[in-house]
Amino acid sequence: MSTDQLQELAAREYQAGFVTDIDSETVPPGLSEDVIRLISAKKGEPEWMLEWRLSAYRHWLQMKEPTWPNVHYPKIDYQAISYYAAPKSTKEGPKSLDEVDPKLLETYEKLGIPLREREKLAGIAVDAVFDSVSVATTFKGKLKEVGVIFCSFSEAVKEHPDLVRKYLGTVVPTSDNFFAALNSAVFTDGSFCYVPKGVRCPMELSTYFRINAANTGQFERTLIIAEEGAYVSYLEGCTAPMRDENQLHAAVVELVALDDAQIKYSTVQNWYPGDKDGKGGIYNFVTKRGKCFARAKISWTQVETGSAITWKYPSCILQGDDSVGEFYSVALTANHQQADTGTKMIHVGKNTKSTIVSKGISAGHGQNTYRGLVRIGKGASGARNYSQCDSLLLGDKCGAHTFPYIDVQNSTARMEHEASTSKIGEDQIFYFQQRGISAEEAVNMIVNGFCKEVFKELPMEFAVEAQKLLGVSLEGSVG
Amino acid sequence: MTMLEVRDLHANVQGREILKGLSLTVNPGEVHAIMGPNGSGKSTLAHVLAGRPGYEVTKGEVLYQGKDLLGLAPEQRAREGVFLAFQYPIEVPGVSNVYFLKAAANAIRKHRGLPELDAMDFLALCKEKAALVELPEELTRRAVNEGFSGGEKKRNEIFQMAVLDPALAILDETDSGLDIDALRIVAEGVNKLRTPQRAIILVTHYQRLLDYIVPDFVHVLADGRIATSGGKELAQELEAKGYAWLEKEPAPAGTR
Repeated sequence: MSTDQLQELAAREYQAGFVTDIDSETVPPGLSEDVIRLISAKKGEPEWMLEWRLSAYRHWLQMKEPTWPNVHYPKIDYQAISYYAAPKSTKEGPKSLDEVDPKLLETYEKLGIPLREREKLAGIAVDAVFDSVSVATTFKGKLKEVGVIFCSFSEAVKEHPDLVRKYLGTVVPTSDNFFAALNSAVFTDGSFCYVPKGVRCPMELSTYFRINAANTGQFERTLIIAEEGAYVSYLEGCTAPMRDENQLHAAVVELVALDDAQIKYSTVQNWYPGDKDGKGGIYNFVTKRGKCFARAKISWTQVETGSAITWKYPSCILQGDDSVGEFYSVALTANHQQADTGTKMIHVGKNTKSTIVSKGISAGHGQNTYRGLVRIGKGASGARNYSQCDSLLLGDKCGAHTFPYIDVQNSTARMEHEASTSKIGEDQIFYFQQRGISAEEAVNMIVNGFCKEVFKELPMEFAVEAQKLLGVSLEGSVG
Repeated sequence: MTMLEVRDLHANVQGREILKGLSLTVNPGEVHAIMGPNGSGKSTLAHVLAGRPGYEVTKGEVLYQGKDLLGLAPEQRAREGVFLAFQYPIEVPGVSNVYFLKAAANAIRKHRGLPELDAMDFLALCKEKAALVELPEELTRRAVNEGFSGGEKKRNEIFQMAVLDPALAILDETDSGLDIDALRIVAEGVNKLRTPQRAIILVTHYQRLLDYIVPDFVHVLADGRIATSGGKELAQELEAKGYAWLEKEPAPAGTR
């Protein structure tokens, strides 16, 4: 096998690329205060929500799109995007799965996400977000018994306004960054989860995001609150149809872990990455952040295989003493994909601890950047950080870049940083082949071995999915 | 049936002709030693037979068990029973030795129409074969060759050979870089794998390996073809005289 053949790593098949033929209601492209009022009115939101959006919008108008990420794309015309798309039939919101358009259910079946509770043997509660609207949330009743609230964000605004008002924007303020401000102004739906004091959520919670409509942006908002001593494990998956034009996805996720609480947040991101020539694909500009109070723990695990461009840094603010932040990431860029991803660990409290394990895989013309910040504040005595950033290259036209920023203001902090770059060599592939293993299987085995430390952090079903996804993404990579 | 029939083989590496008309016949049960000075084409022969990319055959043919070997992809050759013990075994971080070998064994078994081995049976097989080359079991669980000493890597190659049970094993300078104790262990392992069905080609620069693995035939390579062939005595003669005399005599085109 030659380097040229390794380069063919590009030719990957995207299996979630179909379009669902469903009537949807889309507002005309463009962004203004009127559009925001329209979105808010359509959702029947209270006045405070509208005001919150408008203030975010006014911030956004003053802000500039960031240019520091190591990604390149044509200028986005924010007036050419439609900021609201919803499947028509669910305008009023389905009361039960029986009211959900069968075509929507079919879409999720195709993606391997059965929404019918009776089929849910795995015991995962699912919130399905189609374009910008939550179409179904399963297992609500069972969760309610233990006091867990798991519903669409729109529903939370109506049913639990006090909780939403108390926590919304407390971790990612509206003025935080360009994309977060945009999201705050126009977000249409998302998931909301609240786990009361001392409750261990009895099942995995999961949101499945799907972009379907053309020329729309998807802006969802997720807010997870774990009260004192609570525990929740949350999974997020994403897919989109194959389209020639680029689509914008700018989400915000906020996690609040109160004293002694634990939140485990896992993502398998498989937005359409564009074709092998780099045409089309999702621009994934996402702000994810969690705040840990005393002895709380937030763990981010992400497997990023999709999107034309990924810009995201799931972060932890370690506010309380003895709190713990973790970030485990696998990011794959093939074809012409670009990823600038990493994390921020902000140590504020004493004896706070953070762990960063980042695995970047680049193939084809893919450009993979790890960007991470570890900040130890003045008061964070005894803080500890361990960072490990490994890059794996396939072929010789791709790139791996690492930008670890370290800012230590307390002399008692302990920091460890390890980094490595390796290349899947022709020698390695030949060694596998000489033992009877095909080149493609060899790449799979090496890549899976490389990602092992991250995969073991994923819940079992997701780990299997992630492995398969990497296999599919690297398909056709070798001749 | 003849195990291997190499006829008038010519091969280039990076545009330079290394093999210049090599012919060789190997039968089941035989052990052939291929010796020769550096640059004579010993390792090139081993790599051409295994199908390594970058080795271009320009002329000649190779029949393996009566079939055209050169038309097969490297993994097909392996599944048909051709095994190469590498001179420099490759490190594969993150992939455990046992996992690697199980994938290999099952790919070969599948090709032969045999059911795949389950984990328990496979581990039992590994345990048995590891003992054969005195490979500590702990090494079978570590990543393939990662952090292994030179001797451990070579033992690992023979361990893999024992597990994969090839019909034709080509050992490329398996003795290089080994101290005398390691050499003895590796050689004893190979001797235990000598069967009437299996053919072995030993590529070596030095005669000392042949003190432990006694070959049926010795061939001396010079300038890309076999200069002379003989029995095990030929190796001793080479040890005494060195390779220099070969270059003075015209090379006969004999096979053995």
